[in-house]
Amino acid sequence: MLLIYRYILVGLLLLGAIGFALAPLLVVALVAPSKRSRSKSDIYECGVLTTGETWIKFRIQYFVYALLFVIFDVETVFLYPWAVSYGGLGLFALIEMVVFLTILTIGLAYAWAKGVLQWV
Amino acid sequence: MNIATVWALQFDTLWLSLPIRQWIIWALWLFLGFFGIFPGIVAYMVWGERKAAARFQDRIGPNRVGPLGLLQPIADALKLITKENIVPRDADYRVHLLAPVVLLVSAFLVLAVIPFGFGWDEPVQDAAGQVIGHRLAGLVAVDLPAGLLYLVAVSSLSALGIFLAGWSSRNKYSLLGAMRAVAQLVSYEVPQVLATIPIILWAGSLSLVTIVNQQVDFGWFIFTPPGFLAFCLLTISSIAEVNRAPFDLPEAESEIIAGYHTEYSGMRFGLFFLAEYLSVFGVSCLGTVLFLGGGAFPFTDFPRNLLSDRTASLVLVNALTVGSFSIKVILYVFLMFWVRATLPRMRVDRLMNFAWKYLVPLGIINIVFAAIWYECVFGHNPYYIPFFRDYLYGWLITLPLVVIAVVGIIMLNRVLAPSRTAPVSARRPTTRSSSVLR
Repeated sequence: MLLIYRYILVGLLLLGAIGFALAPLLVVALVAPSKRSRSKSDIYECGVLTTGETWIKFRIQYFVYALLFVIFDVETVFLYPWAVSYGGLGLFALIEMVVFLTILTIGLAYAWAKGVLQWV
Repeated sequence: MNIATVWALQFDTLWLSLPIRQWIIWALWLFLGFFGIFPGIVAYMVWGERKAAARFQDRIGPNRVGPLGLLQPIADALKLITKENIVPRDADYRVHLLAPVVLLVSAFLVLAVIPFGFGWDEPVQDAAGQVIGHRLAGLVAVDLPAGLLYLVAVSSLSALGIFLAGWSSRNKYSLLGAMRAVAQLVSYEVPQVLATIPIILWAGSLSLVTIVNQQVDFGWFIFTPPGFLAFCLLTISSIAEVNRAPFDLPEAESEIIAGYHTEYSGMRFGLFFLAEYLSVFGVSCLGTVLFLGGGAFPFTDFPRNLLSDRTASLVLVNALTVGSFSIKVILYVFLMFWVRATLPRMRVDRLMNFAWKYLVPLGIINIVFAAIWYECVFGHNPYYIPFFRDYLYGWLITLPLVVIAVVGIIMLNRVLAPSRTAPVSARRPTTRSSSVLR
């Protein structure tokens, strides 16, 4: 089977999954009762009307975690090809990767020492 | 060239020359399997969880609808379909609709690359088209050469779905839950991905079918010290990835109602529910394929040596391997139920600490251990068959390293952690009034 066919299949499955998710919603639209009222479509928070802005700016800590995530995700992008071709590379590749991992670990240790990893 | 090879070659050429109608029929079978069987499995997983949780709490669980409550999932589905769909007035209604769809698509697509059984024998060709060996083709929907990368990419779509849900609802609890969820998902994705790297290293491929083949030849990856550590890391971070207890902070009902799906009712909530259990099934399949040998039996070549070109043997081998795969997945899922019934929910700061201060360093060190194991056992010759001596050396070197690493990380955290004896209130500047309120 050629490679492109496989990705076409993935695309078909994607379409199927979207259809599978939308089909019950369609059935609901046909079958289920719909009695709209003003108080029913209020935001459900705790019984009284919601006050203040909901779509707020969020804390910087989330952003810092996202940055850390990006760093380590890019790291895995480098590690995956290394791991796949490790068998053909030899001991030198191991030493190279240990150096790379050490640099990353220093980065993680720096973030740790700076208190970035401490959730407050 | 034996009969199996001829058969497999014929199969391969047949495959390419299939007329379009056959293709459509085959695709329909695939769709039936995908969108018929998996939702069924998930529905009965919910029933199984309710029964198991009930037993853990000394209750009986669902027993009214049908024998042993077996029709309960159907009744639940009917109830969800007949419920009114309520979208809050202030919500972003398009995104509100999109969010459960994204989540469900992500959960479904993960299952596309999972090999559920051995499939048939397939010749392996080198670049010149020469047959250099055989491998099991795997009972898989799509065998992608970059399967694991695809799987990681698709499963991280769920963070997007959850955030869309929380943001679009315009509910403060939803938004809090979604932000917690995204922080948790991205944090635990790092150790999850790091835990797969030893497997890729040993199998030399990202294809899940090749990974299963490697385990059929060289034994399950869980039976090595680095493999066991990676399995633990993957299991813990998978439980966190699917937002299940003790990591269910994003939907902690005692704090933020239901988290990101507070504003979802009826079938849209049902889709969230389905997606959650589908991803539980997905991560269980992933753990089984990566570490527990997929459909392979332990310490034996048994189902594989039955494989020949006869249809009966093909059916028998696949039935056996799918059966063994199912048993492993059931045990894995039961482990998740057990953990949920046993452990209380974690606190949010401990949750994040656990990912970044325990799992990530262990994951990084474990890559080096996996490379050492590779040097000890496999060497760099692809035709080398490891002896008992090689495994012994591997165990003798990596087991102490793994133990030292785990103990070392725990000790390091003990030393570096803020003082445990001082209560939280003492570390914060407090005023008189707030201490009275507290």
